[in-house]
Amino acid sequence: MAYPPQYRYTKEHEWIQVQGELATIGITDYAQQELGDVVFVELPKAGARIETGKSFGTVESVKAVSEIYAPAAGEVVEANAALGEAPEKINADPHGAAWLIKVRLANPAELNGLMDAAAYEAYIAAKAKEH
Amino acid sequence: MESQTSPPTQLRKTPLNAVHRRMGAKMVNFGGWDMPVEYPATGGLLAEHRAVRGAVGVFDVSHMGDIRIRTGRTPGGALAAVQHISMNDAAQLAIGQAHYSAMLYPQGTFVDDVIVHRLGADDYLLVINAGTREKDIAWVRENTAGFDCVVEDLSDAYTQIAIQGPRAAEVLQKLSDANLAPLKSYWFTHGTVCGLANTLIARTGYTGEDGFEIYVPADAATSEKVWNRVLEAGKEFGVLPCGLGARNTLRLEAKMALYGHEISETINVWEAGLDRFCKMEKGDFLGRAALERARAAGQTRTLVGLEMIERGIARDGYRVFSAAGAEIGAVTSGSPSPTLGKNIALAYVPPAESAPGRIVFVEVRNQKVKAQVVATPFYKRARKTAAPGAAPQTAQRT
Repeated sequence: MAYPPQYRYTKEHEWIQVQGELATIGITDYAQQELGDVVFVELPKAGARIETGKSFGTVESVKAVSEIYAPAAGEVVEANAALGEAPEKINADPHGAAWLIKVRLANPAELNGLMDAAAYEAYIAAKAKEH
Repeated sequence: MESQTSPPTQLRKTPLNAVHRRMGAKMVNFGGWDMPVEYPATGGLLAEHRAVRGAVGVFDVSHMGDIRIRTGRTPGGALAAVQHISMNDAAQLAIGQAHYSAMLYPQGTFVDDVIVHRLGADDYLLVINAGTREKDIAWVRENTAGFDCVVEDLSDAYTQIAIQGPRAAEVLQKLSDANLAPLKSYWFTHGTVCGLANTLIARTGYTGEDGFEIYVPADAATSEKVWNRVLEAGKEFGVLPCGLGARNTLRLEAKMALYGHEISETINVWEAGLDRFCKMEKGDFLGRAALERARAAGQTRTLVGLEMIERGIARDGYRVFSAAGAEIGAVTSGSPSPTLGKNIALAYVPPAESAPGRIVFVEVRNQKVKAQVVATPFYKRARKTAAPGAAPQTAQRT
């Protein structure tokens, strides 16, 4: 699955896409592959604040629980309600329909420290070699 | 999210390791072994679980250990040794029969659980867990030293392949000249499998389904040939290679114990609810005296099944609270149940909180999530009309 060039990526395998002062956050295709079949998602409600590098929710597969870390600080404006009923969408479309939350960024400049698609692909290729 | 990467160094490999990697298996460190947890290319964990419940799946379980105990000069030496170290009654085994049992410390707690096979008049094969292999072998040698028997570690001699599911017999029958139909659960036979003469074929497993475990020579070429031929023979039924992920969800639904979780060196037989495999009347054995005392003293905790009522998945180690808010125990294994479509768990709680229907709370990331005690096993396969005298389907193993 391709890593969209307009997204930015974290070492913990989240992606973030900025559109004006709003940003959408999700987990990467690599992350969903590592997790396996996703069966449960826990996300913050609208109005909640998320802090850079801090966990804001969890994604669970049959065998594992994974924390999701905020790529940037901000206020949640929407959580993806569709994932409550159909968490398996994260396996099918992690970069699209299975986004997790939309946030109003506190400081959009924070994203400068994140990886672009090429850097992230090199990062996960190096991780794959460790196996 | 955090990724989990198993360090590639110093992990032990089964003879099928290269095959798993070629099939794109996701590998994990399991008790020091580099093992497949699932095969994403062929559908992954949930598909594997469903293949075993609905048709057939194949597992590499070569990481399990094998200990053979044979008599020295005195007839009965091996039986006496097995009776001393194993809580079930090996005197009840016919040649060709196996049973679930456990080896106990003098405190009545678990060294490991084990399947004891009676190979011959004075000849037994004990199949033990991977993570406890070295400990078990040393313990067996030490505790059988006073008996006239020969203890052999055959762990590296076999590739052990489990073929599990309602179509398992049809698949294996295509590859074997042994007549499998009359073989009852927890019995075994020897026959040709994939051209390999005298292969041990046991009607055992760790999934709660009908199935077999076969023991073939451990060289990579032979192991790979058998593995591939099983997959080929099962193709018409939709066979899938299955990893430890599905093995765990399948055994949990069937309430089969996993060492380090439901049983351990701090949990005794009564607490684990394995009474029916512990034959106090057979005579003395390691752990018996402590179990007598424990029975007289009464139990402080017992293993129960939980079903989550509110949203949340109970995981190993999560704390359990009573409806009144007191901490009463902990989860030993927890997972979504693919067959039931519910989140289930096994947990230790006080006997007073253990009746089915009892409401308890599991602490999931600082929130108390409502659950109830349910009867176990969570899943029991529908049986065709049982043959008269057929062994009960309740045996457990790892």
